[in-house]
Amino acid sequence: MMQVFGISIQALLGQLLIGLINGSFYAVLSLGLAIIFGLLNIINFAHGAQYMLGAFVAWMGLTYLGVNYWVGLILAPLVVGLFGIIMERLMLRRLYHLDHLYGLLLTFGLALVLEGLFRQLYGVSGLSYPIPDVFQGGVNLGFMFLPYYRAWVIVASLSVCFCTWFVIERTKLGAYLRAATENPELLQAFGINVPLMITLTFGYGVALAGFAGVLAAPIYQVTPVMGSNLIIVVFAVVVIGGMGSILGSIITGISLGLLEGLTKVFYPEASGVVVFVIMALVLLIRPAGLFGRLK
Amino acid sequence: MAKKRLLSAFGTGLALVMAVSGASAAGLSDGVLKVGVMTDMSGAYADLSGPGSALAAQMAIEDYGGIVLGKKIEFTSADHQNKADIAANKAREWFDADKVDVIADLSTSSTALAVMEIANQKNKVTLISTGGSTKITNSNCIATNVHWTYDTYALAVGTGKAVVANGGDTWFFITADYAFGHSLEGDTADVVTASGGKVLGKVRVPFPNADFSSFLLQAQASGAKIIGLANAGSDTINAIKQAKEFGITENQTLAGLLIFITDINSLGLETAQGMMLTTGFYWDRDEESRAWSKRFQARHKSMPTMSQAGVYSSLMHYFKAVDKAGTDEAHAVMAAMKSLPINDMFAKNGYIRDDGRMIHDMYLVQVKKPSESKGPWDYYKVLRTIPGDEAYITPEKSTCKLLKK
Repeated sequence: MMQVFGISIQALLGQLLIGLINGSFYAVLSLGLAIIFGLLNIINFAHGAQYMLGAFVAWMGLTYLGVNYWVGLILAPLVVGLFGIIMERLMLRRLYHLDHLYGLLLTFGLALVLEGLFRQLYGVSGLSYPIPDVFQGGVNLGFMFLPYYRAWVIVASLSVCFCTWFVIERTKLGAYLRAATENPELLQAFGINVPLMITLTFGYGVALAGFAGVLAAPIYQVTPVMGSNLIIVVFAVVVIGGMGSILGSIITGISLGLLEGLTKVFYPEASGVVVFVIMALVLLIRPAGLFGRLK
Repeated sequence: MAKKRLLSAFGTGLALVMAVSGASAAGLSDGVLKVGVMTDMSGAYADLSGPGSALAAQMAIEDYGGIVLGKKIEFTSADHQNKADIAANKAREWFDADKVDVIADLSTSSTALAVMEIANQKNKVTLISTGGSTKITNSNCIATNVHWTYDTYALAVGTGKAVVANGGDTWFFITADYAFGHSLEGDTADVVTASGGKVLGKVRVPFPNADFSSFLLQAQASGAKIIGLANAGSDTINAIKQAKEFGITENQTLAGLLIFITDINSLGLETAQGMMLTTGFYWDRDEESRAWSKRFQARHKSMPTMSQAGVYSSLMHYFKAVDKAGTDEAHAVMAAMKSLPINDMFAKNGYIRDDGRMIHDMYLVQVKKPSESKGPWDYYKVLRTIPGDEAYITPEKSTCKLLKK
């Protein structure tokens, strides 16, 4: 059997695949953040709570209304996105002319309120969301057993990432969005309803978090704190990729997932910090992030 | 410039996230006996201790009649947030200003050790139920503390020995990378080796962690028959859930080293079935435990965990001891507590050793299959009752200076 640094190739392939799965989660979450930041200049610290909300909405749909996984996968992001739209209309809108710090504090406070609310209602041990029947079991790849559901996670997240990238970079709607990022006043002068666009974009970014939440529900325990554990890593991913860079956040998300996977094999104790070490290095060498531009 | 402001805003945000997330004379000295329950009200251990522990203490006061030595028993509670400094400050405030005589529960070993130190200085009693480190009755033992419910040694002996005896002689540990996890892993590894088993490897996982698939694959590759989970709470739950997802439980068996009944409830029997674990209390053990637990359940949405039952039992025993001693002076009460046997819904013929260890039977249980369970909370089959003298560290091996050898 071939070995790399004392680890067999088989084991290494398995760990890389798992890294890819985790990287897909990072990619979807950091993509949502990047879109919101790119257009609204808001650092959305409620993103983790919205991810949690997605998982809970799916769970509630299944438990109270008997809504199955597929409907949940569509419905939960819509509900969470709507929640985001209300949040933008009622609160965030008033902060655009102020410093970044205000938006950050508001979203951070909202995240705490949401988490506290769900903790009060459902406790901290969490709830179980069963893996949908179609994805029960898995396939033996020779080097590892790949549960069907994990394979689906990769497919679903990468498709969503690709579609989002395509819409923003290759369509007319995307062109408007990018124009609004560059110069909202000018775009408004051409008769485009920029405030509506901003609201909908925020809603979409938040819906992405909800989508990731539904994807995560069958894998992880659905708990009020599931988002706050993840959000710091995702923010680091966004910083490394370059704030607001769409492609950057996707590529960085996936590659950091892979890197973290490797760390878990060679030095597991460091797997919790490796992303932050990379973040510090990137900030030292390229302060705008790997794919970002200094404004 | 904008970038710089943005980064500083960002730094503030990270710091915020980390800050949040981120444990006398005869009679009563001040005309009242005051009980303080200090526990984790909102963090990772809130379901297994927390509000349930506070309720258990209130039930104990009510069941005792609310009066001891002709004076009222008062109750207070606080959230130590699993932080030792918060726990120590609160304990100081309670003892100095609020006339608290006894502090019960304490959800983590770090908060327990911190509060014990203050109690020792102020000559007050602590009754530890949820915190599990063996340090509490060994290197850090004090004369006015009782460690009531369990400790990591008892878990290791209960689960480790039984699993090896059942043929599970090769082990791989998935360990939470902090003091508690190391202690649990170390204690269990010793028991496994002493029982003729072998430890094939281990992986230390940063705490807390949500995705265990990578570590589970390493455990699978080790070829060990048993995967020992030296962690607690949501880490254990996620590890068990994902082990099933990756088909690992078909060829290897999980041994959860610290599992509470609320964890099983959260996982569901479908996922948790077949697992072996050690517990200090099971609600469905006998008539007395059932009757008490049902009263508890009627007021709390779940059945009591061993921690919560331990809080009730320890306080009832404490009240009896105050009545017998005729004072709330800590050493006199401790002497009375040690002289009385413990026979209640929690323990049969339990007794307190000079190192503060409450010696009582522990139970090795297996989680039922969904088909075997008659309804909600019918989760365990008791495989073996481990006699107290076998479950806990023997006086000869203890490092507590209070034990006369």
